[in-house]
Amino acid sequence: MSKKQTLVVIGNGMVGQNFLAGLVSSGAKEHFEIVVFCEEPRPAYDRVHLSAFFSGKTAQDLSMVEEGFFEQHGITVHLGDRAKSIDRSAKTVLSENGVRIAYDKIVLATGSYPFVPPVPGHERDRCLVYRTIEDLEAIETAAEQSKVGVVVGGGLLGLEAAKALKDLGLTTHVVEFAPRLMAVQLDDGGGALLKRKIEALGVTVHLNKNTTLIDDGESCLHKMNFAGGDALETDLILFSAGIRPRDDIARDCELEVGPRGGIVIDNQCRTSDPDIFAIGECALWNNRIFGLVAPGYAMARTVVSVLEGGDNYFTGADMSTKLKLMGVDVASIGDAHAQTPGALVYTYQNGDSEVYKRLVVSTDKKRLLGAVLVGDASGYGTLLQYCLNGIELPENPDSLILPHRSDESVGLGPDALPMSAQICSCHDVDKATLCSAIEAGCNTVSALKSETKAGTGCGGCVPLMKSVMECELAKLGIEVSTDICEHFPHTRQELYHLIMVEEIKTFDELIEKHGRGRGCEVCKQAVGSILASYWNDYILKKEHIGLQDTNDIFLANMQKDGTYSVVPRVTGGEIQPEKLIVLGQVAKKYGLYTKITGGQRVDLFGARVEQLPSIWRELIDAGFESGHAYGKSLRTVKSCVGSTWCRFGVDDSVGLAIELENRYKGLRAPHKIKFAVSGCTRECAEAQSKDIGVIATEGGWNLYVCGNGGMKPRHGDLFATQLDKETLIKYIDRVLIFYVRTADRMQRTSVWMENMEGGLDYLRSVVIEDSLSIGEALEKQMRHVIDTYQCEWKTTIEDESKLKRFRHFVNSDRLDDNIVFVEERGQVRPADEQEREALKARKHFNILEEA
Amino acid sequence: MSEWIDVCSVDDLQPDSGVCVWADGRQIALFYMPKEQAVYAVDNFDPFGKVNVLSRGMIGDIGGQPMVASPLYKQHFNLETGVCFEDETVKIETYGVRIENRRVAVNV
Repeated sequence: MSKKQTLVVIGNGMVGQNFLAGLVSSGAKEHFEIVVFCEEPRPAYDRVHLSAFFSGKTAQDLSMVEEGFFEQHGITVHLGDRAKSIDRSAKTVLSENGVRIAYDKIVLATGSYPFVPPVPGHERDRCLVYRTIEDLEAIETAAEQSKVGVVVGGGLLGLEAAKALKDLGLTTHVVEFAPRLMAVQLDDGGGALLKRKIEALGVTVHLNKNTTLIDDGESCLHKMNFAGGDALETDLILFSAGIRPRDDIARDCELEVGPRGGIVIDNQCRTSDPDIFAIGECALWNNRIFGLVAPGYAMARTVVSVLEGGDNYFTGADMSTKLKLMGVDVASIGDAHAQTPGALVYTYQNGDSEVYKRLVVSTDKKRLLGAVLVGDASGYGTLLQYCLNGIELPENPDSLILPHRSDESVGLGPDALPMSAQICSCHDVDKATLCSAIEAGCNTVSALKSETKAGTGCGGCVPLMKSVMECELAKLGIEVSTDICEHFPHTRQELYHLIMVEEIKTFDELIEKHGRGRGCEVCKQAVGSILASYWNDYILKKEHIGLQDTNDIFLANMQKDGTYSVVPRVTGGEIQPEKLIVLGQVAKKYGLYTKITGGQRVDLFGARVEQLPSIWRELIDAGFESGHAYGKSLRTVKSCVGSTWCRFGVDDSVGLAIELENRYKGLRAPHKIKFAVSGCTRECAEAQSKDIGVIATEGGWNLYVCGNGGMKPRHGDLFATQLDKETLIKYIDRVLIFYVRTADRMQRTSVWMENMEGGLDYLRSVVIEDSLSIGEALEKQMRHVIDTYQCEWKTTIEDESKLKRFRHFVNSDRLDDNIVFVEERGQVRPADEQEREALKARKHFNILEEA
Repeated sequence: MSEWIDVCSVDDLQPDSGVCVWADGRQIALFYMPKEQAVYAVDNFDPFGKVNVLSRGMIGDIGGQPMVASPLYKQHFNLETGVCFEDETVKIETYGVRIENRRVAVNV
């Protein structure tokens, strides 16, 4: 066996980490001992979504390195230790802390640094840059003493930084040297619209401004003096005027670098020394630096393949981008500036709805060369496919950007895409990969996501992915029935609409009009749940009884031995000692097994059906009410103890949890719903694993939605930040009813979100921007549910006729002799089959003896 | 030897749902479908979960055959033949039912 070679990776940013992840899952891993130097104190994190740090994400949330990654793969990592120099003749790398490593190969992934224009005064206090988490922490601290903030640079990163300043509550300005925003990606028209939109959001944009001096201000800390003689006062300056490659280590060891910086690489990402590679923003390929992650990832893949002995080449990368800047959709594709000789340009501008679209087309009008979209980037996926795959344009190319006023479809059918078409650019998934996954049985978007990873990055390709899937399934002759069951040719959502529109109040009426047969447990429960959430009738009304499963009928949870468990509501997990004592007394009296649940309440097990009413009578007399643990409905709102007691608490999480639980208790939904409220970002209530999670921050409540524990855990998505209570409740009302109306049966909010076209952005637009104009209707429906709440147990024990059901036999007072308990750790548990038979036999024997 | 045993009144039955009766030393589940004017009687014992709970299952039809779904693990049983839809080797006992003068009798 040959000795392993040593591979030193310098830099652990997004691209460096992507390289490591690719390497350890490749065959090349066996041949290398891997050593990583990382200048920053923490391993790779998501720099693309850095501004999320200011809307509640922590450094941990942004991390791109799975826990234990380095240990698991035997990688030695030197964090907070910069590789200082390379001795190419001795083949060693020396770090700042004095670590010297003998290498066989080096991968340079040193990234870039923010360019700070050499304006006199740029080194003053509170003049910062925006690149690392440490930078963000410095910005946060500086912002605390500031009222006004200026971002120098109106490019993509500058606008992100401006959003951050705005989120921090500063009066925000953007100062740009060029005559328009995002000068690299946008043309004048697009830039002008973007400026208008951003100014409407309260950020002032100054174009054509050349800062000549920064000195003391009068009303603020600084005064920025511009070339024209005018000035702007500010307390904080953020430089975001572009990036420069980090090539110093390469220069020092005399690798070839470009005249304006950047480590020169060939098509296999080799530098002028064949044992040294460079990838990402530090690398210069064909005289170009690529300042996006996707090309960096492509370089990383190339080097992995070369180390494996393959012959992959980096052939340049598409620099098209689509993003949301302060809520404004912006996209740029290919040759956006029409620099190709003979290019034709089509422009569509709608001043009223604030949309700008521009197409750049080849002279023969057959090929799309580039495009700019501002205000509405929904056409991005289609246009990008035209551009990248050289697909022939329709006869009138402008039909691709003109609004559709008729039913004619001008979208690109997925059939027109070649198999090599890249559908997901974040994870480099092409159409062929999707097709084989579909053929292998993935017939839902979420199955396709977990199988191929497509659509799990920025999510922009999900609509296209879905249409590819539908088209392929149709070709395979697979009919994906979305019918709820054999009795209704409808989805749950369609049934919901039928019930709403036709004001249907019973299952019989619905099946007579829209279904066939007698129904089954699937459609009956679904319809029972819809009727309950829409009309909020008492579920044990005669006409609804047949629609409930046993848990709902007996308002308790059936266990494996046919007995039930009882869970009274303990709002927010707060309980007075008197009530705790009652729970103990009831459990003792009826011989129940007690256990604390994950939702901060007490579960009492082993109640026979005939015991349930008397147990509940005692509980209700003591002030308890139903906990709906048996229903597909709101379960609990878990909370930490919050600011009332906790040294670190920022707000009263228990108070809010109780208020929310009382507001939404009894709401019937397609599946169970769990909430949690944490009093600070330490997150002791684990709110991010709940359907609805709320976390207190200094600036208000942060709302997370669609999280899930269980079999397939999912962290909730940060939905909105720094809300006051009124807005928080309004958003939750809307999210919940929208879920109740549109989800499939037995679909938790997490899966609902995964399958939603447009995902989180779409849900935000419906709930926050009210894009469907249904906000008020959603709130009204919630109001109705709240106003008509009743404790189902209270209603039941007050109605003698309902209590008739709570017997094992309708014609005898006998008990079910098959229910047998044994003792374990001082409490009862169901006997197993052997124990049960033995006990039954002994009892039989005793009876014979007595006789 | 089979005999008809009076077990309960029609009013004791639950429309579109089930109840359990004690008859001749056994537990029998009765299901009532008023629209079809049908009553079915089967064993209350769930052969999969091995507990007496079938009367608490939901009813309906599969391909037109009347069925009950076990409340524990959701297997379906044909109410006319007792055969399990998911596993034809499993069968529960079925009984004749008749209603006379609003009284229900089962044939055991």
